[in-house]
Amino acid sequence: MIIPIISAVLIALGLLFFIGGAVGILRFPDFYTRMHAAGKGDTMSMFTILLGLAVYQLQDPTPAHILVALKILLIALFIMMTSPTSTHALIKAGFMEGIKMWRRKDRKEKS
Amino acid sequence: MYRIAIFLLLFGIWIIFSGQFDAFHLAMGLISALFITLISSSFLFLDRDRSAGQCLGEIIRIPGYLIWIIYKIFQANIHILKLALTPGDLKGVESSLVKIRTNLKTDFGRYVLANSITLTPGTITVQIEGDELLVHSISDETEAGLRDGTMERRIAEVFERGKE
Amino acid sequence: MENFFLFTGVAIFALMLPMLYRILAGPTAIDRIVAVNVIGTKTTVLLVIIGVIYGRVEMFVDFALTYALLNFIGSLAAAYFLGRVNPEKHVASATPGEQSR
Repeated sequence: MIIPIISAVLIALGLLFFIGGAVGILRFPDFYTRMHAAGKGDTMSMFTILLGLAVYQLQDPTPAHILVALKILLIALFIMMTSPTSTHALIKAGFMEGIKMWRRKDRKEKS
Repeated sequence: MYRIAIFLLLFGIWIIFSGQFDAFHLAMGLISALFITLISSSFLFLDRDRSAGQCLGEIIRIPGYLIWIIYKIFQANIHILKLALTPGDLKGVESSLVKIRTNLKTDFGRYVLANSITLTPGTITVQIEGDELLVHSISDETEAGLRDGTMERRIAEVFERGKE
Repeated sequence: MENFFLFTGVAIFALMLPMLYRILAGPTAIDRIVAVNVIGTKTTVLLVIIGVIYGRVEMFVDFALTYALLNFIGSLAAAYFLGRVNPEKHVASATPGEQSR
């Protein structure tokens, strides 16, 4: 009985982070800040949702279900390892292109 | 020694992904894991001058670091969610480029540091040049968290203990 | 619980639509690639959820893994290509110039 509740809470948390990432991608002012919202709000929400689904698989712990849960966790681990790499590659490509950074107009410069 | 470790790792991954335990599938997994080990064992785990005890210590200490980094990611995600959902003129966003210097010696430690910085929302590693990292941070708060160097100490504790 | 998974799938699908806006309107090419990358990650999760709804997770998990792999390789290839396409435009200074809103 407790397992569906845990998985539902994890999935709802992931959906909340997905919404945050989508709103960030729409609202943030320049390419670099959009990258922040895209690359990582996404990774975290993916991780929580997949964790929730893996927990849901453990409802009747037969070996087949445990294997499926392990596979889901491996997917999550794989994305957590590769997502920083692709984020870094994309932002470096943008940096090399010389895309300008957004600054607030009235911001005082730090030395 | 390292070849055996790589072979066991690959074979374990095969068993998890195939999910079938009859003789045919196990034999296929054995053959393909052996083949991959033969052709690619020279470029996995490049740093081979460590003793077995050091490797074992690393493996034991990695899960603690993983739990800590997941907690940090969680915390920082809430921060970015707050930034994105603040109505009005995006008050918190103060993007800046920061140069930080790292004391980590090994390539793998630097790789883990750069990936951890990128995974923690609010900061992205743009470039690594020698021992200088160029980091883009989204707000003043994340910049302050970047500069105090807690993450670097943690990584040094896990991966570079006894290497001074 | 089935209805909850159905709702989750529809919500993830609905969250792909803002990314479509970013693909259409993104000022630079890399913005569009980032949006495609985000849609790819969402699709990976969506595939696993579809598997749970249909009761065939063990099959859809493999699709999701393949999709994650292709997504990673695709974004890396795009980043590599964009980094190479204008080699003379590499910025010399470490800080890009000012731009007011």
